[in-house]
Amino acid sequence: MEFGFTTAAYVVAAVLFILSLGGLSGQESAKRAVWYGIAGMALAVVATLMGPGAGLWFWSLILIAGGGVIGYQLATKVQMTQMPELVAAMHSLVGLAAVFVGFIAHFEIGNAAAGGDLGTFAAMIAKKSAVEVNILRVELFLGIFIGAVTFTGSVIAYGKLAGRVNSAATKLPGGHMLNIAAAAIAVLTLIWYFNSGGFFPLFIMTLAALFVGYHLIMGIGGADMPVVVSMLNSYSGWAAAAIGFSLGNDLLIVVGALVGSSGAILSYIMCKAMNRSFVSVILGGFGGPAGEQMAVEGEQVAIDADGVATALNEADSVIIIPGYGMAVAQAQTAVAELVRKLRAQGKNVRFAIHPVAGRLPGHMNVLLAEAKVPYDIVMEMDEINDDFPDTDVAIVIGSNDIVNPAAQDDPNSPIAGMPVLECWKAKQVFVSKRGQGTGYSGIENPLFFKDNTRMFYGDAKASLDTLLPKID
Amino acid sequence: MKIGTPKETFAAENRVAMTPASAKDLQKLGYDCVIESGAGAAAGFSDKAYKDAGVEVVKTGTALFKAVDIVAKVRPPSDAEAKRLRADQTLISFFYPAQNEKLMNTVNGKGATAIAMDMVPRISRAQKMDALSSMANIAGYRAVIEAGNNFGRFFTGQVTAAGKVPPAKVLVVGAGVAGLAAIGTATSLGAITYAFDVRPEVAEQVESMGAEFVFLDFEEDQADGASTGGYAAVSSPEFAAAQLAKFREIAPDIDIVITTALIPGRDAPELWTKDMVEAMKPGSVIIDLAAERGGNCKLTVMDEKIVTDNGVTIVGYTDFPSRMAAQSSTLYATNIRHMMTDLTPEKDGTPVHNMEDDVIRGATITHAGDVTFPPPPPKVAAIAAQPKKEAPKELTPEEKRAEETAAFKAQTRNQVTLLAVGGALLLAVGLVAPASFMQHFIVFVLSVFIGFQVIWGVAHSLHTPLMAVTNAISSIIILGALVQVGSGSFLVIILASLAIFMTGINIFGGFLVTRRMLAMFQKS
Repeated sequence: MEFGFTTAAYVVAAVLFILSLGGLSGQESAKRAVWYGIAGMALAVVATLMGPGAGLWFWSLILIAGGGVIGYQLATKVQMTQMPELVAAMHSLVGLAAVFVGFIAHFEIGNAAAGGDLGTFAAMIAKKSAVEVNILRVELFLGIFIGAVTFTGSVIAYGKLAGRVNSAATKLPGGHMLNIAAAAIAVLTLIWYFNSGGFFPLFIMTLAALFVGYHLIMGIGGADMPVVVSMLNSYSGWAAAAIGFSLGNDLLIVVGALVGSSGAILSYIMCKAMNRSFVSVILGGFGGPAGEQMAVEGEQVAIDADGVATALNEADSVIIIPGYGMAVAQAQTAVAELVRKLRAQGKNVRFAIHPVAGRLPGHMNVLLAEAKVPYDIVMEMDEINDDFPDTDVAIVIGSNDIVNPAAQDDPNSPIAGMPVLECWKAKQVFVSKRGQGTGYSGIENPLFFKDNTRMFYGDAKASLDTLLPKID
Repeated sequence: MKIGTPKETFAAENRVAMTPASAKDLQKLGYDCVIESGAGAAAGFSDKAYKDAGVEVVKTGTALFKAVDIVAKVRPPSDAEAKRLRADQTLISFFYPAQNEKLMNTVNGKGATAIAMDMVPRISRAQKMDALSSMANIAGYRAVIEAGNNFGRFFTGQVTAAGKVPPAKVLVVGAGVAGLAAIGTATSLGAITYAFDVRPEVAEQVESMGAEFVFLDFEEDQADGASTGGYAAVSSPEFAAAQLAKFREIAPDIDIVITTALIPGRDAPELWTKDMVEAMKPGSVIIDLAAERGGNCKLTVMDEKIVTDNGVTIVGYTDFPSRMAAQSSTLYATNIRHMMTDLTPEKDGTPVHNMEDDVIRGATITHAGDVTFPPPPPKVAAIAAQPKKEAPKELTPEEKRAEETAAFKAQTRNQVTLLAVGGALLLAVGLVAPASFMQHFIVFVLSVFIGFQVIWGVAHSLHTPLMAVTNAISSIIILGALVQVGSGSFLVIILASLAIFMTGINIFGGFLVTRRMLAMFQKS
């Protein structure tokens, strides 16, 4: 098949991918958008298989089908609460694939230099000038570096999200110095590789990059995971783009850049929602408090299911604020059932979603959608924050920092300035929480001590199950 | 140990400091409970109910004082009662030690320990034993009921076949616990409710109860209530004048006035003057909850209901809680029970008088032969001081326009700078890089640009599907592997095959899971 046909197919595929991302602006258009993406991918693969350079296409199809079966299994079996893990795990595959493709490109440069029986790719390289080969080396070096960081980073992120690795921020002794050293090694090996063209410096760099990915993500705590996952998403895109450069494939570049910028914007949105700079999230942990934090005075007053039920039966307007705790307890269906009952009584029930609630951007929306909560009562923070003073009951289910009034009141709080859901302005607040401990960040939450706050202790699902029969 | 409650000796006092329910809880703390026969009768608790709850009933007050170690009652003890106390006894009641110094000395002379329920510090931890608040809550509620009883019209506005009825207008002066309770009751009866307080920071609470806060046109740094433990302080003469002027202005409109303004340790301030009463419509009602301390209205007669010449009813009752004895006894008994819980950390029926504890220290006025009143200031402030908030300035239209232009200019400047820097960088790269690279580079830059434009439009709620989709399409790297797999080298084939396999997982997994998620989003 002609080279021109492949290029034309790539242009169409690129347009389809752009439409696919753009279509996610609304729930209805999104359903169409996925098909654009699927069509684009199919077109790209078919065009490549039929285009110049592809060999062993039957073998390739078998491999794709084999991967597809596993992918199908994963996608249909995964619980919605496990989405963050799945996404992180899939990023690691892209990262690893980028590393392999980068290695291959390196070997092909060697083959091209050696001459003899050349594949198409090697033949293409052989035509390049010396400067172009050097640029090629830098590109594939970058691709491998980013791919390797993405790979170990995603594996660790997966481990943390799945609870297989301790989610607390841990650093090896030496801290960021180790990262800097590894980065320095990468730069040195780049120069070495540039001059020698051998495999050994590439290999050393890969090890260093794998270490950077591991250590960087180990140093970031559980609550910052939304940023980490979207950052890794971004990295996997940049890796694809870098590989696209080295292969001279424009579609790879286009898609890599789309994915890369998408992840970067998501990271930016998440960081803004936490009022923290990207750098401080990546370097891990909260900055040290600037001074003495305000002491929290008072006590947490507990309430039982009867009390909550009475208040809910009497309320006209209710806002529910879900957090990671709801996901952990798998309580979304119970929450949805509660909402159905309350709405059947004609009450105004809505959800308030903080941008960083959960462990993945938009995590809560997906969980609520799974439980068949209509999306038009699920509000963003900016849409609903002004409505709390007119609300009778606010229910906080498994969230902590995103409803912490200290972010506004206490300039010395580690989360000072972070936009939060002002649920304490509601007439009454119920907090469903396991026990009296502080959340992931270890920050005391004055909300729990407020006069209009009652603590509804216990596992979120168990609590809601005792509450449900009492709502009539 | 034994805890006992005598019948209240104060005339017309219906409350009782122990209920059958609270007695059961006290027994759980390890105490034996004793009650004087007939003590709960006026509040609706019979001797039999007490007996059923395991309480020992004794015939006379004298016998009760002899039998018990802790005496819990409502009103301050009479002289006779005070003299009956022993050195090893503890008395828990309202006491008002500042006004009852002589009585305090008598109790101290006997060597008894006295805990004044009215001296419990106003900190969050002590709310459960804050009897002043629970009584004030009842007083506020009852004040509205009493007003309704004396008011000849509906509270709520109605349009009936027999004509239109305007809603009653209620003004509540002083938004403390009693004031807020009155606001809540009045609004739920359907009245249009206004409220005033010298502490501007309570405006939010007032509005949360459904009343409208009456603001004064007055420029002064008003004292923050936090500095006085949440109570009102004396206001400046200018402020008082502005306040009276405002009241005078609205007086002819108001049907019911409920005044609750008290300043700790002082006579009640005069807020509703004679001319305001004269300005009110006939049939209007004034409930003066400050009657015991002279009244917020000077025409108020303590413990009596009077009607002025122009037909305004002024109620000066001071026993509102006692008029709802069943409710107030239940709450007061619970306050006492919470106090005993704090006094009995081991739940073994033996009180531990820990004078290091802020709450116990604050409430104790005589202990171990010493007068311990007044207490030192509590270690923790009752309410966190409000950080001074800059009121957002109302912008004039010109200022707004100037701001918008400035913002627009800044934005333009930013964009131009970015474009200039980006363009310069592109040119710099173009100078050194070969043409084949530049071709791809331009595609790259444009794609990044398109990505930024498109992604900003993605709905927040679809961020997870977005991640899944981008994850799936980042598997486009499969193209690289597909191009390479045809190479002759065995190692290359292995690596490329692995890459194809992994990206295959990703493509199918990513798209399928996205579809699954999107299918779940549905409209109501």
